[in-house]
Amino acid sequence: MIRSLPNSKFYKIGYRIYISLFYIFLTIPLVTICVLAFNDSNFIALPWEGFSLDWFFSDTTERLGLFADEDLLISIWTSIETGLFVAFLSTLVGTFAALLFEEEKFRFKGLLYFLALAPLVIPGVILGISILLSSTSAGIYIEDNFGIYIESLGPSFWLVVFGQFSFCATYVMLLVGARLKKFDRTLEEAALSLRASRLESIWYVTIPFLRPAIIGAFVVAFLISFSNFNTTIFLIGSDLTLPVDLYTRIRFSLTPVLNAVSLMIITFITIAAVINIFVNRKK
Amino acid sequence: MKKRNLTFYLFIIPVLLWLMLLIVFPHVDLFLSSFQFENDDGVTVLSFNNYLSFFEDSIYWLTFLRTALYSISITVLAFVVTFPVAFYLTKVVSRKYSSFFVLLLLIPIWVGELVTIYGWMILLSDYGVINSFLIYLGIIDTPIVMLYTDFSMIIGLLYMSMLFMIIPVMSALDSLDDSLIEAASDLGASKWTIATKIVVPHAMPGIASGGIMVFMLIIGDYVAPNILGGKSSLWFTEQIYNFFLTTINWSQGAAFGFLLLMLSSAIIWGVLKLTGQKLERVGS
Amino acid sequence: MDHILEVKDLSKYFVGFTAVQSIDFFVEEGGFFSILGPSGCGKTTLLRMISGFEEESEGDIIIRGESMKGIPPEKRPVNIVFQNLALFPMMNVEENVAFGLKRQKISKTEIVTRVKEMLDRVGLNGFEKKNVTELSGGQRQRVAIARSLVLKPSILLLDEPLGALDRKLREHMKIELKLLQKEIGTTFIYITHDQSEALVMSDKVAVMNKGRFEQIDTPKNLYKNPKTSFVAGFVGESNPFEITSYENGVLTTSHGWKLTKPNLDYTPLKLFIRPEAFILNPTEDLEGIDVVEMKVKTILFDGANTKISAIITQSNDEVLISLPQNAQFEDLKEGDMVKVGIHQDDLKCYKD
Repeated sequence: MIRSLPNSKFYKIGYRIYISLFYIFLTIPLVTICVLAFNDSNFIALPWEGFSLDWFFSDTTERLGLFADEDLLISIWTSIETGLFVAFLSTLVGTFAALLFEEEKFRFKGLLYFLALAPLVIPGVILGISILLSSTSAGIYIEDNFGIYIESLGPSFWLVVFGQFSFCATYVMLLVGARLKKFDRTLEEAALSLRASRLESIWYVTIPFLRPAIIGAFVVAFLISFSNFNTTIFLIGSDLTLPVDLYTRIRFSLTPVLNAVSLMIITFITIAAVINIFVNRKK
Repeated sequence: MKKRNLTFYLFIIPVLLWLMLLIVFPHVDLFLSSFQFENDDGVTVLSFNNYLSFFEDSIYWLTFLRTALYSISITVLAFVVTFPVAFYLTKVVSRKYSSFFVLLLLIPIWVGELVTIYGWMILLSDYGVINSFLIYLGIIDTPIVMLYTDFSMIIGLLYMSMLFMIIPVMSALDSLDDSLIEAASDLGASKWTIATKIVVPHAMPGIASGGIMVFMLIIGDYVAPNILGGKSSLWFTEQIYNFFLTTINWSQGAAFGFLLLMLSSAIIWGVLKLTGQKLERVGS
Repeated sequence: MDHILEVKDLSKYFVGFTAVQSIDFFVEEGGFFSILGPSGCGKTTLLRMISGFEEESEGDIIIRGESMKGIPPEKRPVNIVFQNLALFPMMNVEENVAFGLKRQKISKTEIVTRVKEMLDRVGLNGFEKKNVTELSGGQRQRVAIARSLVLKPSILLLDEPLGALDRKLREHMKIELKLLQKEIGTTFIYITHDQSEALVMSDKVAVMNKGRFEQIDTPKNLYKNPKTSFVAGFVGESNPFEITSYENGVLTTSHGWKLTKPNLDYTPLKLFIRPEAFILNPTEDLEGIDVVEMKVKTILFDGANTKISAIITQSNDEVLISLPQNAQFEDLKEGDMVKVGIHQDDLKCYKD
């Protein structure tokens, strides 16, 4: 059954076949996209018409390749920008939250912690619509009472950032919190005993200890933001993020440029994952 | 109590802003909006109409039920499909290769739902890879209709959610001491007995967290049902989406959103109670 | 001498139990003061109150004439060497030692000189750039002490810092620590459960039990004249006996051994006798000595600390007796009968 126990041949082979089928199931959509990105065809699927880089570089109206498609490039850039803002904000607040819940004692801590975990079990769609509703109400209230129109309270770039931040911060909190649980609190006390202020002891002792987790959490938050659709769709203004742009294209204008851009994402993620493995190995 | 130092406020103020402005206030507003109704005179009044219309129109509550039942079934399916894999990766395959296999699991997660669902669309369409392959082999003459059916929707939902089951189950299995399995085997237990009496019970916390994640992702998903599901494969989120972005009836959408939130919370709460898990563990 | 630290009626209550109860003491400038007690006696809580990590429930802590009430740890003129040393693993030796200085408004050049001076003093020059994880146990110890002393604290608090070291190194560090303290003259308050550490290094030792101080004294007095039965039992080795009666200047143990101890103005319940208080084959003419016959049960050879375990024929009480350092009793063996004398002054009697 396990490494150390003998098994019948039938069992072993059967198990291997199952695992192979699973991995085929897992990788086949991604492999298919990667291959078809080089298909010299105007349709997203088969038949194979030969190798071509048109869907990356071609600049004709009939075949608008990825690097010529300005709208697509803009939405990629919007997603990167959004991701960076979300990652920065959620890393900051998520780390604060981890430090707050691990190290401080205060009233209603349990309730607050429950709220901080809530985004884990609130469907993204719900977060999207409730933030849309409430920010719109807040916008109307402010306009009615103070006569100030705040564009960002309607569907907009910043609303997307805050919407994604609302749940990314939870993931950061959990990732950083897990590392903080392994932190030896006497190190902080030692810093205090050596005349460092509370803030200095956190900055010079706790944060360096948390650094790997904080960097990891930043990357995770960026990736979650970069691929989010369910929440984003309700909050988005005129700047489309890549997933929303892809969705619109899948629904309304299917061209193989989708294969090309998907290939780029897959490549990027794979490289990042491989780097991550090598960095972890080194330690 | 000790006097609070500045650091405490530095931490708690942003956290409070986050939780109050982006979690508490929006959901209170969602709840309140769901009772707003524009009457025949065009005046917004408080009423139960948004909820009543849910029960009056059978398409709504049937879709709601359908979504709930499908979500539960696909969650169970995700467990059945992935448990042997999780066991293989933690207990069977040699450690040299396991990190490579785990890496392969993570890539589809990070690539994102849209790309992977799009991949399934290419695979399953009438002129897609699977049909072309079957025709090429001569097994079929005309394409089998797979895309825009419940089948394609289930495949999509299963694919995008199952990896969130594997990972917590793997971390639960990691802590299972091999010697327990060896001991059971030594005492003459069959594989089936070992699996049901030792392995699955030990992995229960992981299965519960995984199950909750998977269920939540499926019930709240929009992309897979919308892109892969057909006209008949209605999903409750699609109705919410329509109220917000197509027919622009936000309070009706809010009522439906609130119902969905209640449904998912009730089921998650039930699972947590049944398995004695804490919400805290779900994220880890 | 001045009192650098004064602790007045200090108590700490936790929910359901009292960790420290009404403790009063003072420490003299430049002294080496130890707090000795079994684990759970409240000594760590006491130390944490002095350093400011725990707030006192009652009482006051006064350092150099100033009350420490409400003053946070980083503002107190004390530093701690932690039990696990708490060296910052992300910093090298030099950065660890400079950490506290950098938190104050001190010029870079001064920091560099003071760190170098300190490292010289503890014999760590040349180790500046080493990571603390690469150091040996003794070196890590010295970094922890240097890191605190470089701030010139009024008092250095040490929380069982030798606990994690192996026996040999611990013996060595005891002496090193004492010499270092003498050399730099900073007041040390040292807490430990190891009586030998406390006795060897300290000028004064407070024995703590169940949140209270049983006795504060010089190591010698503590050993010679324990004031309570707890101190008698805890400090050094002792043979304990239960006393069932005291009549006409004669003690009777629970097994019926009778010993002369005149002039007690109370009825003792406990009796302690040090192993080295027994005199083997005493000369007949000594005053104030009770002589009793014993049978050697077994010999516990331990070099200079060799003892015998013997049974008192009169009462079947079993006692441990130290053998004198000379080779006089070398050929004593199991089953031998010996005459043993005990001087009245060596019978330490207690009411409880």
